[in-house]
Formats: sequence, structure tokens, C-alpha cells
Amino acid sequence: MNNILNALTLKELQQKYPFVINYFEENRLDVEGFENSTFDEYLNHFSEEEIEEWGIDIKGIREGLLEYISQMIEFLGLEEDRGIESLTIVAGTDKSGKKENFEEFTIRKSEIVSIVGPTGSGKSRLLADIEWAAQGDTPTKRRILINGEVPDMKWRFSSNNKLVAQLSQNMNFVMDLTVYEFLKLHAQSRMVEREEEVIKEIIEAANNLSGEKFDLNSQITSLSGGQSRALMIADTAILSSSPIVLIDEIENAGIDRKKALNLLVSSDKIVLIATHDPILALMADKRIVIKNGGIDKIIETSKEEKKVLEELERMDSIIQKMRNDLRIGLIIDSI
Amino acid sequence: MNLVTVSGPPSSGKTSVILKVIEAFKDRGLSVGVVKFDCLYTDDDLLYEKAGIPVKKGLSGSLCPDHYFVSNIEEVVKWGRKKNLDLLITESAGLCNRCSPYIRSIKSVCVIDNLSGINTPKKIGPMLKAADIVVITKGDIVSQAEREVFASRVNSVNPKAITLHINGLTGQGAFELSTLLYNEEEDIETVQGESLRFPMPSALCSYCLGETRIGEDYQMGNVRKIKLGDEYE
Repeated sequence: MNNILNALTLKELQQKYPFVINYFEENRLDVEGFENSTFDEYLNHFSEEEIEEWGIDIKGIREGLLEYISQMIEFLGLEEDRGIESLTIVAGTDKSGKKENFEEFTIRKSEIVSIVGPTGSGKSRLLADIEWAAQGDTPTKRRILINGEVPDMKWRFSSNNKLVAQLSQNMNFVMDLTVYEFLKLHAQSRMVEREEEVIKEIIEAANNLSGEKFDLNSQITSLSGGQSRALMIADTAILSSSPIVLIDEIENAGIDRKKALNLLVSSDKIVLIATHDPILALMADKRIVIKNGGIDKIIETSKEEKKVLEELERMDSIIQKMRNDLRIGLIIDSI
Repeated sequence: MNLVTVSGPPSSGKTSVILKVIEAFKDRGLSVGVVKFDCLYTDDDLLYEKAGIPVKKGLSGSLCPDHYFVSNIEEVVKWGRKKNLDLLITESAGLCNRCSPYIRSIKSVCVIDNLSGINTPKKIGPMLKAADIVVITKGDIVSQAEREVFASRVNSVNPKAITLHINGLTGQGAFELSTLLYNEEEDIETVQGESLRFPMPSALCSYCLGETRIGEDYQMGNVRKIKLGDEYE
């Protein structure tokens, strides 16, 4: 591996590993005119003065490129077999050191589990345990298994492969881009091959969730709350590499939450929803009740509860309809 | 005593991250102290004091903050040893993004935030590129996609670093960082004779010495002119 930097020309290197262009670009290495030189020859061309002026760390850049190439090879190879079938939480202790009220809890791919409990009860800690793939080495002493086994610790440290993707009410778009530019940027960072197709798929999925349609030329920062949420969910479902999605509430307005959950589930994600909303909580197959930092109960959503859910959804759709009627200027005279 | 240098752009969340990390250390019965380096003003020392953490602050004033840091780090280490600390954390604001206070054998952490823009990793020099651990903050208020793009940009300028996401408000991720910062076997008595990971620029011009007037007549020493492309007109 080491000798690719002094055996291959930059042209050959780019043919073999097209992604090195990102590394050159982000490290402001202007390699134009050096296509027929090796990377080492390119590095040698910097004068002492240039190295000092621009803060160039020759050794660091060289080692960094080797590391980057090997990470990207691994990352691209992982795409194929990154399948996660199940996530298992093995009981730890609550804040008082008492053992949690269960032994092992397994969530399978395409299952939805809600997390309920008062604010400050330990929902963040549970999520952090999952994200960190805790192995008895966090304050709760919980252990996390993936596919029934102790997971590869790469989940902890790799910046490209995080176990958990998060969606929350407080999240906003901050980049000054159109929807198209934004999705393209994300697709590129994930090294997706069929960029245009994926972008089309995401905008269609987002419009399917959102009450108000928008197109690829809209600025992401000027989307409404519902549109932003719809785009975030569609993008996470289709483009994010993380196999587990944690949702911290989804507001009621402007988005079809049932479709949103279905979209995530159909993309083979494991979905966890932290919520106080009865509709969301009951949409899940099971719910975890957290108390005093520990998991106190795991409740399977019963048939009776699902019936209540239907009733709640009926009430919800009345409110939704009324919202739309108001929007288009109708008079409300009855429920 | 262990020593960790933390740096990062202003308002990236360094102090919040350190406070949350120290909470995790307190549960393990370790005593941690902080020395805060800044340029003109900081009241972060009050936040540390309020949390019962031994703290000192140093303001570089008219000096370059990183030069000030390296001129004082040995004294700071001695202070930490006198206080019988298990871990001493230095916190410094990276102001012009050119330098870094990292010392070769000392663990280094760079804190940057998701709100700073996706081109920020490109703009920051050794402070980001030479760090052992990169902590990315404010992930709770941007979208998943922006977090992923930002993290991949960080990874491409510093592939060797461990990247962690920390929420400075809830502390999510801070415990995890704490496990990477303390090593029982390590005991630093002095940093005398150690060297910086990256040299600081050797600029010394008339303005460094207090000149305020504008014009070529007043410019002496290491002066560089902007290239506007029409020098020959």
C-alpha cells in the first residue's frame, strides 16, 4: 500500500481510486500539472517557504492519504454486507444501581419501538448507549449486541459509519443550497453511484409525506417545517448509511407520520421513537418505558391499544382536514 | 497527572464539552482541573468555578494566543501537579485557524461545530488536521444529512483522528469522550523539552511592534503583498 504513492502517477492513482479527488480538494492540494508525477514527487515540489506559509504538514498529508484510501476501500466494501438484522439491549442498571426490569430486549429490522418516560428519565442515555455500542462500559452498564453478537468497534470511531441516525423536532437545514444541490452533496459524500436516480427517489418520497409539494429548485432553508421534516425523513431513509434511526418526536403539522414511519421501515431501518404523543407511541409495535435512568417496562402494543389508535387517527384526520380547510379560506361550521 | 489540550474556533462548544466530560470523570472519583487560554476576554473560568473545578485563566492580550500558550504551558503543568490533579485540561480558542497548541506526545482534541459551514474543515489548519480526536458539536440542530456531510469533510482532512459527536447541552457522547482522555499508566511531570506538533508562523512586521499607520513607508520586516493580478499595468 505504502508504495502506491511513489509507484503510481497521480493520473493512475485517480483512475484506481477516484475518491482521492475529495482528499486533494479538501486539503487544498492543487495537483493540476502533476498528472504524470507520483504523489511523493508532488509533495516534494513544495518549497520550504510554501510549507511554512500555508501550514502544510507533508508527513501528515502523506499518512493521511494512505489512511483515507484504506478507509474508503473498507467503506465501499462494507456497502454490500452492512446488513443489520437485529439490535439487542442487555439489561444494565438504573440511576440507583438497581438492575433494570428486563433481561434482554431484541428489536428486529423493520420494527418500530417507541420510548416513553418523563423528561430527564434517561432517554438520551439509552440512545447514547446504542450509538456507542456500549459494552458494560457506560454509567448504565448496559450492553448492546448487533445480530446477537458484540459489534465491531468501528461503529464507535468511524466518521462514515455511525450506528444511529437522528431526526428531531429541533433540527433545521443550515446550508444555503437548493434541494437538488443539497441532495447531490449528500449523495456524493456517501459515494452513491446512481446519484440522479437517488435524488429523484428522495424528492418523490418527500413530496409523498408532505402536505405542501416542493421541487428540486426550492432553497432548503426556505422550506416550511413540514416540508423540511419530510425531506429529512426521506433523505435519512434513502441515503443515510446508519441502520438505526432515532426519532425525537415528529410534529403533527404538515406531514403524514404513518407514511413517514412506513418509508423508514421499508428501507430496512430499525426505528426508535422517543415521544410523548399517544398516536406515535401506539403506532410502534412495542414501547419501552424509562424510569429513573433504567428501562422499567417493555410493553407490546395490544389489539385494544391498536383500536384506540384507530380512533385517535380518525380524530387526527379531522383536525388535519380542518387545518387544510382553514388554509384555503373555508368557514368551519361543524366537526 | 494526565494532560489534554483542547482547542477549537470561538463558540464551537469547547467549554460545554469539557464541563460535561468532567462530570463523567467526577463519577469516577478523578480530580480534573482546567486552564483556559484566551486573547482579550473570557468568563468561562466562572463556569468552571461554579462547577467546583480548579481553574486558572490566561489572557494573551497583545500577543498571539498560541505563542502565549507555548510560553506558559510548562508553568501550567507545574500548577496542575501542585494541585494534585489526575487530569489537567488546557482549553484554547483557535483564533486565526493557522496554528494549533498541540504538543507531540500530549493528547489533543479539536472541537468544531456543525453550524460553522461545510467549508470550515478546509479552512482550519493544524488545529483540526493534527488533532488526535475531533469532537463535532451542535448536531442536535442540523439535519442528519448535514451532519453526515460535515463528518465526511472532517474525515477527509484528518482521516487518522477519532471523530465523536457530542451534544454539549445534554452531554450525550461526553462520557464516551472521557474514556479516551484518561490513561492510568500515564504520568506527566513536565513538558520541558517536548515539541509542538506544528511550527507557528514566523511573522514579525512593523505592525507586530505597534505600528498603526498605513502605507509602504511604514511597513518593515516580514511583509507580504496581496496578488491582485495587475502588478504590471
